[in-house]
Amino acid sequence: MHASEIAVIRFGLGARPWDRIPADGRGWLIDQFIQWKPVLPNASALASRADIVADIAEYRGMTKQAKSQAPGDQSPPSAAPARKADRKQLNRFARQQYLAQIGVRVRSAVLSDTPFAERLVHFWANHFAVSADRLVTMGLAGLMEFEAIRPHIFGRFEDMLIAVEQHPAMLLYLDQAQSVGPNSPLGRRAAARGRKVGLNENLGREIMELHTLGVRTGYSQADVTEFSRALTGWTVAGLGRGRVARRRQADAKPGDFVFVPALHEPGTRTIIGKTYREGGEAQARAILADLARAPATARHVATKLVRHFVADSPPPDLVERLEQAYLSSDGDLPTVYRALIASPEAWLPTPAKFRDPWSWTIATLRAVNNGPGAVPPMQDRMLAGALDQLGQPVWRPGSPAGYDDLGASWAAPDALLRRVDLAGRLAAQASPTLDARALGERLFGTGLTPATAQSIARAESPQQGLALLLVSPEMLRC
Amino acid sequence: MIARRTLLANGIGGIAAGMLIPRVVYAAAPTERRFVFIIQRGAADGLHIVPPLGDPGYAQLRAPFLETLSNAHRVDATFSLHPALSRVAGLFDARQAMAVHATASVYRDRSHFDGQNVLETGGRHAYTETIGWMNRLVGVLPSDKGLALATDIPMALRGPAAVTSYAPTRLPASGADLMDRVGALYADDPQLAGLWHTALSTQAMVGSAVRDNGRSGEAIGRIAAQLLAPNEGARIMMIETDGWDTHSAQIGRLNTQLRNLDALVGALADGLGAAWNQTLVVVATEFGRTAALNGTGGTDHGTASALLLIGGALHDGGRVIADWPGLAPSHLYQGRDLRPTSATEAVIVGALARHFDQDADLMARTVYPDQPDLKPQMA
Repeated sequence: MHASEIAVIRFGLGARPWDRIPADGRGWLIDQFIQWKPVLPNASALASRADIVADIAEYRGMTKQAKSQAPGDQSPPSAAPARKADRKQLNRFARQQYLAQIGVRVRSAVLSDTPFAERLVHFWANHFAVSADRLVTMGLAGLMEFEAIRPHIFGRFEDMLIAVEQHPAMLLYLDQAQSVGPNSPLGRRAAARGRKVGLNENLGREIMELHTLGVRTGYSQADVTEFSRALTGWTVAGLGRGRVARRRQADAKPGDFVFVPALHEPGTRTIIGKTYREGGEAQARAILADLARAPATARHVATKLVRHFVADSPPPDLVERLEQAYLSSDGDLPTVYRALIASPEAWLPTPAKFRDPWSWTIATLRAVNNGPGAVPPMQDRMLAGALDQLGQPVWRPGSPAGYDDLGASWAAPDALLRRVDLAGRLAAQASPTLDARALGERLFGTGLTPATAQSIARAESPQQGLALLLVSPEMLRC
Repeated sequence: MIARRTLLANGIGGIAAGMLIPRVVYAAAPTERRFVFIIQRGAADGLHIVPPLGDPGYAQLRAPFLETLSNAHRVDATFSLHPALSRVAGLFDARQAMAVHATASVYRDRSHFDGQNVLETGGRHAYTETIGWMNRLVGVLPSDKGLALATDIPMALRGPAAVTSYAPTRLPASGADLMDRVGALYADDPQLAGLWHTALSTQAMVGSAVRDNGRSGEAIGRIAAQLLAPNEGARIMMIETDGWDTHSAQIGRLNTQLRNLDALVGALADGLGAAWNQTLVVVATEFGRTAALNGTGGTDHGTASALLLIGGALHDGGRVIADWPGLAPSHLYQGRDLRPTSATEAVIVGALARHFDQDADLMARTVYPDQPDLKPQMA
């Protein structure tokens, strides 16, 4: 395969029938740094973060009210069904938003003329994974990608890190929003009344383990706890409890990040041998800034990028080059991407990666795309359902580690069967003028094998030929 | 059974030299035995699932949880079973289920992903082993039917021995002709040809009738039974469950989790019929959770937890086995977690040896080659 074909398949999301193969693959990728527009197409119909958080708050208020009306666990018969109905209604709103956001994400990827940038969005959203499997995160996980990831993919890692950690999706998903410093004003008052509130170390741990340094890089349990203390006070407006929280959040919209001093554990913190003086919100920010610059973070980020774009087992020399680019530029992401694009290891002609269900689905929808601006012929609910069935539900990896980036996770018998099922369905709906024989050459160029070309040519119908093309070995790998 | 001999040789060759003896030994193993490993991803709280209500330290650490445990199933003076585990409690009464408490794998840190990797590979450290312990087990048993009830292949089953995965689907089944042609298209691609072959044989075994959506525990248990029951069915199976990482609102979340687990076990027992008497199920997690509650009605990452052994092949259940370390503050591991007093790997390998009627030390060396000092624990 030529470099221009590799650029489209390995670094992009595959070609559309009417795409022109770029003349210079490397230049095509670098041009996207500038051509990229973070604004999403057709996103105006989505509910705002404030709407979604206000809805969660309303639901919480209702359950609290219902609880206080019925002390003990014997709810009056009328209260329980009402609560159930509220939950169902809220659930419907959050789920409807979740599906609409998936639709926007898919259309953005299919319509995009800067597919390398879209790939980077998907990569970073998975690096900072929030799983939409709880009521509080269902409507927010996608918004985090839109609001905190997209604007920063061609910026500094530190800026993306802070935007993500201050997004309500992350603050709620990893329980930070409810974490209270035991010696904070609110913590002391609660303790005096015998109420149990306190520290939650979930976000602090995952920032160190998953978002920045990486696991087993020398930090200790004590560092996690200290960092969690520094993070107290970082929470979400519109969900706070008590008078103090409400007063502090008076000028913030629901869903905005707020720092609430009444929740913050006072004092100096020591993390990995460095001391951070009390400074309210700035204390945890200073720690995040240092974590973003740490050599372990550079290595962690470099390894994951190489694993994503080049090989399941990242070549150490290549990782080292990206690591140096990261460190020498203070985490400037375009500098790191340039180092990747400049490396010969990334341009070997044999595909080394098995496409995950998301990339395969998008590549497939691009392959059958009808023309500039044409949207896939599937409703949001069907798109979400297809990714569920293929084993990679959108924004729902089930854990803060996100989906792993290994072929062995996706190259499984049943998963392959499901891809064939979906390809058959898509091919049946595709335009009858789409000729799979010509399309094969357009999509894969010199990479199209005689076996695939022959299989398509001998198919019993144009639809069957297209289905075979969509599950061909060339399509499954990148 | 194609290339059975080659598979075995490859599997063993990949582990260590001089391992030809086990093949002979294992050839005598009864093939009608079934083994199911249910992994609880996310660190399940053994102190909530098998609560030591008789330990005086428990009420101090977990007062807010006591009310919901008031109708727990009492096992003995110290231990009870969470009230949502009613089918499992019935199996305890029938001596077909037991728990091992204060158990942990060799892993001692608190990362889910490292902990699960150690639990699944059987290595001493995360990411040092590339083969899963269940794959090694598949490699030495005279049945080559290892199966994951999941879309992908979990780490515990990855390795040289052939395994497959199966998960129910809602997508319409493709036409037979397309399937044939896909098979032909993959014929020259070693990876895809292998995957396709196993996918088709698994699908043929289950039939299309159950290709519906199997989210709930009961549906998964039913499908698992269908795959395990036939004479030519799977013998080694792994079922993945997630959602155990209860940092907040633990009472409600664990209640749902355990209802599903209970329904899964119930449907498995019902669906297997007579084969249930040939079945052993192990339920285990990567590590436990803090002994005390955190500030958000949940618990954080800890160390030791509880493991369940369930199945008609057990005859001496009805007990909780533990060298109980106690919950007094000075007895907690690092001042915060239940202290591990038994090795999860030792419990698993002890149970496996008994189940497959094999020499326990030999089984330990084969399944956990990276842990040569492992002493199988015979329940």
